[in-house]
Amino acid sequence: MNCNKEAIALMHQYLDGELYKDDERRLRDHLQTCPSCQEHFHELKRTTTLIKNTTSVSAPPRFTANVMANLPKEKKRKNYLRQLQRHPILTAAAIFFILMFSGIFTAWNQDQQVTVSKQENLEIRDHTVIVPEGVTVQGDLVVRNGDLRIHGKVDGDITIINGDIIGENPQGGTNDQLDRNNLRAYSGELTEVNQVYEWIWYHTKNTVKEIFSFESDE
Amino acid sequence: METMIKQKIKEVKKGDQSAFEDIVSFYQNKVYHICLRMVGNSYEAEDLAQEAFIRAYTNLHTFDEKRKFSTWLYRIATNLSIDRIRKKKPDYHLDAEVRGTEGLDMYSQLAADQALPEEEVESLELQTYIHKEILALPPKYRSVIVLRYLDELALQEIAEVLDIPVGTVKTRVHRGREALRKRLRHV
Repeated sequence: MNCNKEAIALMHQYLDGELYKDDERRLRDHLQTCPSCQEHFHELKRTTTLIKNTTSVSAPPRFTANVMANLPKEKKRKNYLRQLQRHPILTAAAIFFILMFSGIFTAWNQDQQVTVSKQENLEIRDHTVIVPEGVTVQGDLVVRNGDLRIHGKVDGDITIINGDIIGENPQGGTNDQLDRNNLRAYSGELTEVNQVYEWIWYHTKNTVKEIFSFESDE
Repeated sequence: METMIKQKIKEVKKGDQSAFEDIVSFYQNKVYHICLRMVGNSYEAEDLAQEAFIRAYTNLHTFDEKRKFSTWLYRIATNLSIDRIRKKKPDYHLDAEVRGTEGLDMYSQLAADQALPEEEVESLELQTYIHKEILALPPKYRSVIVLRYLDELALQEIAEVLDIPVGTVKTRVHRGREALRKRLRHV
């Protein structure tokens, strides 16, 4: 075996853990007969042990913190997006409320025309809806953007949006009297909605009612 | 561990900077070690290691998630170190702390007036001597020796880190080992 080339190449292959069984035997046989190669091999092994045994080092304290402090700044927008991604339920709730309130507001500002729920025998005169004498309106009555005057009877709830209920005799004093007068005229609840926040409250209540009635239907 | 790192990388890519902190603290010792053995100076090594992590962060979008992150990170660190070695002439900070010691700086490596306990001197001198000999190797041999013996990477992985064929890695490891054998034979 050629000491200078072949044997040394085999030694390095051995140190890299890439020596086949046959070659390993050949190397071992050679080392037993060749003192100079034996020494060379010994020195190489010792060298690798020396390098391997150097103490491991650890990074200086606060290294991570320093790196983090020196990173380029995140974009603000991305930050918000991340917040939204982190709280999907909050995001869903926020979107829901935005859509709901914007819908309600646009409905509030929509039109100033007097509208009444579809019932027969109602008279509309100068922004006033009149239930004529001797007429009984069946079902709930909704008046929007107008006043309501009841001469007859309403068999159900009354809702007045952006308007007032006017009693039989307007000069007839206090609210108590008015209420008492009207108690005779309708059988359900009276709801008046005049302000935006009342309008919102009315909407919310309605939504909740609908949900509950849905559930009770099932 | 790999899967945890992969997860963190995904989070960083989505824009969550704080997830990068775990990556840094997981690899900081290895990266710092490579830099230190390449440049041989703790101040510069810290500077280089920091730079390596910052580069990894800013270029994370170019990292192929199918590959090993450590390989990619070590490549950045070794390339930065080799660049630094090429650019500068050797310099030494006397007040640089000697790694593996507590509070010992390079002044302690100068001839001391008072005698230190015998054993400590010996082990310290040996360590310093070995590191000095590794530093004396040309950078292309130094990098393979550092990755092979200090970080115990496989030859294939070293080839990936340095972006050279495995055959070249083997040749360089052999030559580097021979060079060190000649220098360390009398230790």
